[in-house]
Amino acid sequence: MEKLKVQIIEQLNLEDMEPSDIENEEPLFGDGLGLDSIDALELIVLLEKEYGIKVEDPKEGKKIFESVKTLAEYIESRKN
Amino acid sequence: MSYVYLESDNIISSLGFTTNENIDKLSKAEGGITLLDDKELFTERFPVSMINRNTLLKRIENTNLSDEYTLLEKIIILSVKDALKNSAADISSEKTAIVLSTTKGNIDLLDKSISDKYPKDRVLLWSLAETIAKYFNNPNKPVVVSNACISGVMAINIGADLINTEQYNNAVIIGADIVSKFVVSGFQSFKSVSQEPCKPFDSERVGLTLGEACGTLILTNKPSDNNCNIVYAGGATANDANHISGPSRTGEGSFIAINKAIKESGINAGEIDYISAHGTATPYNDEMESIAISRVEMESVPVNSLKGYWGHTLGAAGLIETIAMAHTMRNNILFKTLGYSTHGVSKNINVITETGNSEVKNALKMASGFGGCNAALILKKLDK
Amino acid sequence: MKNYISSYCKIKNGTVIVNNNEVFRSEANDLKSVVKEIYRSIKPGYAKFFKMDDISKLGFIAAELMLKDTNLKNRYNDSEIGIVLSNSSSTIVTDSEFQDTIQDNNNYFPSPAIFVYTLPNIMIGEISIRHKFQGENAFFLNEKFDSIFISNYVNSLINNGKIKACLTGWVEYSENGYEALIYLVEQDGNTEHTEENINIIYNK
Repeated sequence: MEKLKVQIIEQLNLEDMEPSDIENEEPLFGDGLGLDSIDALELIVLLEKEYGIKVEDPKEGKKIFESVKTLAEYIESRKN
Repeated sequence: MSYVYLESDNIISSLGFTTNENIDKLSKAEGGITLLDDKELFTERFPVSMINRNTLLKRIENTNLSDEYTLLEKIIILSVKDALKNSAADISSEKTAIVLSTTKGNIDLLDKSISDKYPKDRVLLWSLAETIAKYFNNPNKPVVVSNACISGVMAINIGADLINTEQYNNAVIIGADIVSKFVVSGFQSFKSVSQEPCKPFDSERVGLTLGEACGTLILTNKPSDNNCNIVYAGGATANDANHISGPSRTGEGSFIAINKAIKESGINAGEIDYISAHGTATPYNDEMESIAISRVEMESVPVNSLKGYWGHTLGAAGLIETIAMAHTMRNNILFKTLGYSTHGVSKNINVITETGNSEVKNALKMASGFGGCNAALILKKLDK
Repeated sequence: MKNYISSYCKIKNGTVIVNNNEVFRSEANDLKSVVKEIYRSIKPGYAKFFKMDDISKLGFIAAELMLKDTNLKNRYNDSEIGIVLSNSSSTIVTDSEFQDTIQDNNNYFPSPAIFVYTLPNIMIGEISIRHKFQGENAFFLNEKFDSIFISNYVNSLINNGKIKACLTGWVEYSENGYEALIYLVEQDGNTEHTEENINIIYNK
């Protein structure tokens, strides 16, 4: 999950953030990390580029991107 | 009282190479969106509205346009030439302004496969405009506006302002964008392109369809033809100040722009009898527009979107849709909203479902775009 | 009707001038470092800044500095304040960055976060969101800063009542360098909004 956090910070230009600033179960959107709709689209690109996972329906993203934990679980499930 | 008249125009799009060819297709409710399989543009097959390449090449050949001009420049030159046929305006006069609306201009020149065929600065928008001005021997510095998807409407507002402030007598307004890998990739990455031809205001709309077009509209304070009776009445822009890619949920910017345009026109809101909406068929845009229309109390006014015919032609959209609006007013014909079948926005706006005749005296054009920008423009028909 | 320039900010070669005073100097050569240094010196506490492309950052930071002591929001309604900007190269640096993500079909990952900044008016959107300005918008392209055209256009917007104040100027960035001048045009003030006076501050 640490590697994933580094990738998120890099892909989304989260200046001044360290991986340790992101809690595993903290919401990525809304009140948590405060990401927005463009960030969600950018996370879709990250999944495809780094993990070869295609998310066709952006609505699907909502559940996947709830937190770093859900995202890591999703990547794990798609690997198998 | 002096007016700014809409004297002459041209549209080059998937529906044809003259305004008449385009209007004829609109009248028959025939759209120009087709499924395209072109790996150079996108990895998968997708619906898009393209200018017919074979016909285009023939016209370029017949006009002796050399390859010193880019594809987009050739299209613009053909469009302006055709519009000039029915105008008294002298494009080589210092009293004639050229106003160009485009979002990405010659952006295809960034692609490494063609970038070395043209001077490096040709990808810059002012350079594109100066190439056109030079072709037509226009002595003035062209005005270039690039303000996302409201550029076409803005270019008309700006051209009318140049005439109203007596800086010029005529303005040749050009709006143009082509379908490029750059633009297709960008909108696809935004997941805003529909897999099927777009469905404005429909309950099953899922996104827009891209298109390419060029429109030319000649504005003048002194038309050659006494029957010229469509005039520019007012226009405005406003910003949502909410989000750079999503429209306001309350339609705030659009609401402000419409109100300012109406105020400038001197027409009462209740006298507007037709609205040409932006209607891109993305879920948020169409919903936002329905809210804005409701807030200015125009829910009962017939409204359509022409994106189902031409797709979203970006910098050309507002211009060609205004040219179609002027035609609607001259001939009192309302075009149905192609792609619409089941009402899919929260407000009960009066989406046009059948093409037919209806008197139109005052009409409103709406547009919205990335960056939270919104524009409105009002045309009025003079009594004869 | 006469209008006036009530405040301005000029950023070029690492030097920041606000209303005739040099307020900051950066030794960095690249725009990326310069705007970051200026941001850190004025601490606006606006995390979205880091999501912007470099030219939007430049326009954003110039607007931030120019507006600092103008008390603008207390004097006008949101819809009375417009933004009219111009430049030569549109968003060419960001365009090239996006082109790099699509040039190679074997490494084709178009970035939506870059694409959205390939429109020059996004900078206007960013400044509008930050300060909640909802009036007229326009982004024009000229080979060189055209003080005659832009002053005529802004005067017309104010004189026909569409807006009462306007952030105006030139924000340029290409491989040849960067330059920003943002100034405020209002109906009152000391420096008349004329081509001559605009050129004086542009050449500072």
